[in-house]
Amino acid sequence: MTSRSTASLRVISDPRPVLPSAVLGMLIFVVAEMMMFAGLMSAYTIVRAGALGWPPPGQPRLPVEATAFNTAVLLASAAFLFFANRAYTRNRDLAKRPLFTAMALGAFFVVFQGYEWVMLIRQGLTLTSSIHGSFFFLIVGMHGLHAVAGLTVLGRAGLKLSKGLLAPSTFAAAQVFWYFVVGLWPVLYFMVYL
Amino acid sequence: MAESIPADAMHAHDDHHHTEQSIWSKYVFSTDHKMIAMQYMFTGMAMALIGGFMAYAFRMQLAFPGIDVPGYGTVTASDYNALVTNHGTIMIFWVAMPVLIAAFGNYLIPLMVGCDDMVFPRLNRLSYQIFLLSAIVLIASFFVPGGGFGGAWTAYPPLSAKSQYSLTALGSSFWLVAVALEFTAFLLGGINFVTTAMNARAPGMKIFDIPIVVWMIVVASILFMSSVGPLIAGAVMLFMDQNVGTAFFDPDKGGDPILWQHLFWFFGHPEVYVVLLPAMGITAEIMCVFARKKMFAYKTFLYTTFATGILSFTVWAHHQFVAGIDPRMANIFTVTTLLISIPIAEMCFIYIATLYGGSIRLTTPMLWALAFVAEFLIGGVTGIFLGASGADIYFHDTYFVLAHFHYTFFPIAIIGTFAGFTYWFPKMFGKMMNDTLGKIHFWGTIIPFNFIFIPLFVLGAAGQHRRIYNYEHFPELAGVEMQDMRVLATVSMLVMLVFQLVFFYNCFISWKKKQKDAGKNPWKANTLEWTTDSPPPHGNWPELPTVYRGPYEYSVPGREEDYFPQNVPD
Repeated sequence: MTSRSTASLRVISDPRPVLPSAVLGMLIFVVAEMMMFAGLMSAYTIVRAGALGWPPPGQPRLPVEATAFNTAVLLASAAFLFFANRAYTRNRDLAKRPLFTAMALGAFFVVFQGYEWVMLIRQGLTLTSSIHGSFFFLIVGMHGLHAVAGLTVLGRAGLKLSKGLLAPSTFAAAQVFWYFVVGLWPVLYFMVYL
Repeated sequence: MAESIPADAMHAHDDHHHTEQSIWSKYVFSTDHKMIAMQYMFTGMAMALIGGFMAYAFRMQLAFPGIDVPGYGTVTASDYNALVTNHGTIMIFWVAMPVLIAAFGNYLIPLMVGCDDMVFPRLNRLSYQIFLLSAIVLIASFFVPGGGFGGAWTAYPPLSAKSQYSLTALGSSFWLVAVALEFTAFLLGGINFVTTAMNARAPGMKIFDIPIVVWMIVVASILFMSSVGPLIAGAVMLFMDQNVGTAFFDPDKGGDPILWQHLFWFFGHPEVYVVLLPAMGITAEIMCVFARKKMFAYKTFLYTTFATGILSFTVWAHHQFVAGIDPRMANIFTVTTLLISIPIAEMCFIYIATLYGGSIRLTTPMLWALAFVAEFLIGGVTGIFLGASGADIYFHDTYFVLAHFHYTFFPIAIIGTFAGFTYWFPKMFGKMMNDTLGKIHFWGTIIPFNFIFIPLFVLGAAGQHRRIYNYEHFPELAGVEMQDMRVLATVSMLVMLVFQLVFFYNCFISWKKKQKDAGKNPWKANTLEWTTDSPPPHGNWPELPTVYRGPYEYSVPGREEDYFPQNVPD
């Protein structure tokens, strides 16, 4: 009988989710993506640890300094996205400028990486030239794909923002994905370039 | 924003009371979770028939080498490889996953947590469409030059990476693409399941009022999504090895073939629990209803599941004891592997404790649920031998392994599905299934099942290696006693396949019945799906339910009825 009496005391309230569905869904997706990159990175680490020299002889050196600059550009884009969010919570119209700056910086990052790729391919580092090249293009390319996807997500949010239709949860989900793309990059830079 | 909200609400309203949908939008491009569940269910069952047909073809070849298999023709050596490979792939990825997780998850989660649909209905539809595409790609792989992929469902390189070994350049790539698409589909599905169960519960449903089967599907989805990433990474690498000319898995050029095994089994072992947990959940639901008892130790069951989930990420290398891994590492994986049997055993004890003292009703679903526990135990216990690295070096790649995982996967994918299907059939179609035919089908499946795989245990212990197309070529394996056991297994399989006709006949006549005789709650169960019409309308309830208590309040003292539905106020 005790269970019945406690049950009758239950207060029925509409459950308020801790996280909006869009954000929760995106977070789950990001966890799966992180595990994919973890798989790539562990494979890379194992092969690199077993190799006699790294990078293998005859392969070009990676542009460490230029990419450090590019890393800074990507981090700046995250900072502008943060400003965009702050502005969004106060006055939505003020969010446009930092959001588009963040996107421009992100696009610069992708284009610059592409330029680097072209230079490296000219110098003889290709997907099939060595296991070093294979992993370099696979990992950086996979991140590049995510960066392009992230720019698309931000672009969609920007489009909705300029129409005044951007819901807070959609914007939050887009931010989660872009922060993932940005936050992942320094790790990849550290492991692949250095 | 303010003006868009009423528009949304109107749209939702319109969606749920719009009865005249075209056939196209009702059955093909539906976003209704119940329709998507049915799509997954019937695609999965069709794939089960294809996978079963493959088993029929290669078992006939093993029992009667070289015969002209009726309905297939002569099984050549490369046919044999393609058949066993795709039998395994189909039964795990295109039967167990879509039916247990996607079909039951889609059908049950919104109905059991009391909401009108999944949180992301269009993502859900996309999930099924990608899944269907993956099934088509897999079937297409049989019709490309070179035929279907024959490098075993684990796809170890170099066999899978180099077409000069596998001889199926296109077939292996098709196979890989199909598997990758299938994972994408379940990723989308899994996001939906977890988000819906967390965010869309009915008012009053607290975290421990969620029916256990929903919890199991949620935990399974989390396991799937956290383990699939490395395999997707590996699949991309393997695909590039096949088609671009990279050398990730080629030791000649600095790659590492064992790497694939790690990436594959890091996913592959949690995958066992991904399909096991929903079947465990279905069993728990059925046992509570037909023992008319509150579930014993609901929270312990849940915490045990979490423990299983975490442990399942630490056992993968027990598949690689003979792959040249360090013996010290093998010891660690032996310990973790034997440890994981503890939470699973605990769950079985919880079932027994739930049954103890109940007033048990041996309906067809209950028989399936009881058989699940009994048969799965055999699979679990034989796993102990394989988890111990010393014994595994002998048993590796013998029929002992094969019989072991069929004693786990058959209860999961087949018995679990039949349990769930016969239990929820009245809800899905509004009509009761014939119980007598159901029992004939049950015994006609369970008895031959044991006659198939117990001989295979014996054969495996006698040293019969897997992946051999014709044992006549191996004098020490071609003896009369061993061949007789192969014939016994094959004949039992034929008997089992014939008894499946009873099931399809039963489905057909039950579905054809004119009057909907099930009513809302034929089993007198507590959970929310039994409080709406059978089959539930679009939108599930005219008015969404409110929850007042846990899901397993059976035989509550002081009540006239022996059940106490979750939505009934005191």
